[in-house]
Amino acid sequence: MKAPLRPPIALALIAALLGVVALAFAWAGGWLSPRRIGGVVIANSLQDNLGKPEPGWRRAHTKGLCVSGHFDANGAGTTLSRAALFPEGRIPVIGRFSLGGGDPMAADGRPTFHSMALLFRLAGGEQWRMAMDHTPIFPVATPADFVAFQVAGIPDPATHKPDPAKLQAYMAKHPETQAFLDYMKSAPLPSSFANGTYYSINAFRFVDAAGAAHAVRWQFEPETPFAALDKATLDAQPRDFLFVDALKRLAAGPMRWHMIIVLANPGDRTDNATIAWGPGHRRVDVGTLTLDRAATEAAGDCRDYNFDPLVLPRGVTASDDPLLPARSAAYAVSFRRRAIEGPRPDALTQAGEGGAR
Amino acid sequence: MSGPATLFALPARLLHWLMAALILAMLFIGAGMVSTASSAYPALLAWHRPIGIAILLLALIRLAVRLTHRPPPLPADLPPLQAAAAKGSHYILYALMIAMPLIGWAMQSAGGYPVVLWKGVVLFPILPHDIAAYGWLRCLHGLLAYAFFLLILGHVGAALVHGLIRRDGVLRSMVGGRD
Repeated sequence: MKAPLRPPIALALIAALLGVVALAFAWAGGWLSPRRIGGVVIANSLQDNLGKPEPGWRRAHTKGLCVSGHFDANGAGTTLSRAALFPEGRIPVIGRFSLGGGDPMAADGRPTFHSMALLFRLAGGEQWRMAMDHTPIFPVATPADFVAFQVAGIPDPATHKPDPAKLQAYMAKHPETQAFLDYMKSAPLPSSFANGTYYSINAFRFVDAAGAAHAVRWQFEPETPFAALDKATLDAQPRDFLFVDALKRLAAGPMRWHMIIVLANPGDRTDNATIAWGPGHRRVDVGTLTLDRAATEAAGDCRDYNFDPLVLPRGVTASDDPLLPARSAAYAVSFRRRAIEGPRPDALTQAGEGGAR
Repeated sequence: MSGPATLFALPARLLHWLMAALILAMLFIGAGMVSTASSAYPALLAWHRPIGIAILLLALIRLAVRLTHRPPPLPADLPPLQAAAAKGSHYILYALMIAMPLIGWAMQSAGGYPVVLWKGVVLFPILPHDIAAYGWLRCLHGLLAYAFFLLILGHVGAALVHGLIRRDGVLRSMVGGRD
């Protein structure tokens, strides 16, 4: 054996080694990188933007309604992806209609996202979860921009309204967000959850049986004919009119959508959800979604699921869109927080409007 | 040193070093994935589940090896308090090796998530869907992970004190090699 180290030197060496390991762990955990954006930062920005804490609720798309039904695949999707959703057959589905924003008691008459989230239960325990909006584009392209947009809109403590100067400063740097707001202003809002088209927001990659990858977006196009809300009278509508409408319609009969896969053309961006793909794309109708039941969040079976768009089956993977991992991380933090806080009765249940089934 | 039982049995030593690497990797992956919303998040999460299940399986094998092979005794001159700390910390290390993957699996089950080992292979749930149970287990998983990391730092520190300062054969009993 070589000459032993003197104990003070040995102790110093041991301490230094443990310190290096602890520092490396702190680096991995982000404690040395205050600018790193994780799910916590995104969830906090949403909470701050709302201006008041809403414990127990989703941090976004807070007001919702549970739905369920099934998906009848026609087999056409099997040429694009080996996902177990696509071979001809019937797959059970649960889902959730929701509106954008973090206020669980918000009025439905707002120019905001109308959203449909779905959870397909595939063979072998696989699942495919989707969270889609009625707009083909998104207001921001990156997680950093998302946080900056939320922070710019934090209500001023004195006025309880966002500071217009801060919003203007943000918009000056983000024409894509301004373009989205202009789109929201001019595009018609669907008059019902039943007649909206719901878009995947982000691009994804399908992998077919031969292992070939296809860049895609998808959209659910309604069989119910489109009708627009009168934006001038939104304020005059009852608070929960869209959700009550969905409950009534589903009590009377099922709603149907066609799942349309849109294949990217060469040059289409897959990494930027603020840019719509132009016309002239190959479209494949892969099957029909039928929703035939609805229930309030308190009574139904959707509230306690996280509609994480990266819960994907074999044959589907994320694209290079940086929003996808950010949505996944932020939804996880929202889910974890509301799980500990415990659920609260939803607006429809509180108003006694859930009886329509 | 002399006598027959100065080293841990070879399977015990192999399992120790393999699991040391996996557990340390797991703690770094876990801390890293919850800190980021970049594409590293889903990538690290995809590693976290299969490595966790691998650690669970290896820990069960290791428990069987531990119960069937007598480990070398601690040095007779070790103060009783340190001997008790050594024994107690090893019980906790074994408990965490087995409990952490089970808590992870249980919490994902309670959260209603498919427990995807890798694309196309989903483990059965070990708890019914219950968001409150998810909340508590998720919290516990995180807290125990930090405790695990601190315990491992203490374990490494103590092993190095044995090897560099006391030079009593304890470190060599796991590293292997001859006098």
